[in-house]
Amino acid sequence: MSPTLLGYGDLAIAALLIVLNAALSLWLDLGLTRTVLVAAARAVVQLLLVGLVLRTVFALASPLLIGAVLLVMLLSASYEIASRQERRFAGFWAYGIGAATTMLATVLVTAFALAGTLRPDPWYAPQVLVPLAGIILGNVMNGVSVSLNAFNTAVVRERPAIEARLALGADRYAALKPLQRSALRSGMIPIVNQMSAAGIITLPGMMTGQILAGMEPVEAAKYQILILFLVAGGAGLGALGATTAAAWRITDERHRLRLDRLRKK
Amino acid sequence: MLEARSLRRLHLGPVGFTLEAGECVSVSGKSGAGKSLLLRMVADLDPHDGDVTLDGAPCSAMAAPAWRRMVTYVAADAGWWDDRVAAHFAPDIDLAALLPQVGIPPDAVAWPVARLSTGERQRLALLRALRPANRVLLLDEPTSGLDPANSVLVEALLRARLAAGTAILMVTHDSEQAARMASHHLEVRDGELRELAR
Repeated sequence: MSPTLLGYGDLAIAALLIVLNAALSLWLDLGLTRTVLVAAARAVVQLLLVGLVLRTVFALASPLLIGAVLLVMLLSASYEIASRQERRFAGFWAYGIGAATTMLATVLVTAFALAGTLRPDPWYAPQVLVPLAGIILGNVMNGVSVSLNAFNTAVVRERPAIEARLALGADRYAALKPLQRSALRSGMIPIVNQMSAAGIITLPGMMTGQILAGMEPVEAAKYQILILFLVAGGAGLGALGATTAAAWRITDERHRLRLDRLRKK
Repeated sequence: MLEARSLRRLHLGPVGFTLEAGECVSVSGKSGAGKSLLLRMVADLDPHDGDVTLDGAPCSAMAAPAWRRMVTYVAADAGWWDDRVAAHFAPDIDLAALLPQVGIPPDAVAWPVARLSTGERQRLALLRALRPANRVLLLDEPTSGLDPANSVLVEALLRARLAAGTAILMVTHDSEQAARMASHHLEVRDGELRELAR
């Protein structure tokens, strides 16, 4: 079976569902009409735009252009992480910790996948590199932002417990260990759930897309497994890096808790 | 034994004082005057100017955890990092035997922290700070939430430590307790530390 190519007419038919939703909302006075229409319009514009950009990037296959696309993705992820923090570090570190650990985890896992399993030629082939880095980055971003937020919130809440351990002579990493563990767990829960539920509750989006596009189901499943492993590895590395960096920054070399370095949003 | 010089943080200081082995010094002052601030500086728990020496060895030249094992701060509202009481004590001590010293039944070893009253928490926080390495105790209102009988127990425990050579710097609002326990009396006032006449 070859992939069925969609025409704009096909999309227009699907759009009837959105229009139906909007009409229902208007009729029942749910106040959702505008929201639904704007969101649908955004999805159309953003996705077609990305498609156009990727078409150009794929056609030119210029390493410089690919690098620029990846950089923009990384920067937006770093901004997103910082904006999701209820309490963030003062100054440069508000972005620094999230950006550095996200970049490190994404680059490591992407390089590992490129060199170890996918082996595209050339290695920076944009058809492989861009979507691969994208899906890894998205999951690393979630792992980092959830665990960092959990850690920074818990540090403020658990201040008496942390300082009690420090006062009794624990070093800073020992005093923060229980918080780091629970923050890591929060960061990893989504991806662990995703792996446990895969195939039973839902077919993962990527596998669904590949099957619809004509790929043999077992081959599609193998791809999905690869991606799940990559994103789980990336999210775990990112969350570990981010909470370790946060534990370092929230204390000083005299093993004092430095809540003055956190700002409430 | 302990000498603090030019300690300064926020509105407090520069201040200095000395503590001899086996000596208890009381610290009084209004709420917010900086009593806890002073104790925390001695334990090096906050950034500050000045330095403290123990038998001539400066805090700043020592790893902070090593310093705090010798010069130990016990907060007025101590924190708990585990659900179980026993997890807060070193495994090498016989906790059940120690608990009656502060008026707590031995079976509290198996209790969850959530079961403890405020006064029990306060006494356990003191008990867990009493370790062999400990030379100086910085106590922030150690008996503020206790009834007279338990205060007597705590004072007896502290006297035993004093007799063994431990030095104690103790914040207290109770002038009678200060008179019973301490040989010198300090007051924090307007950012300064003054010695009160006995």
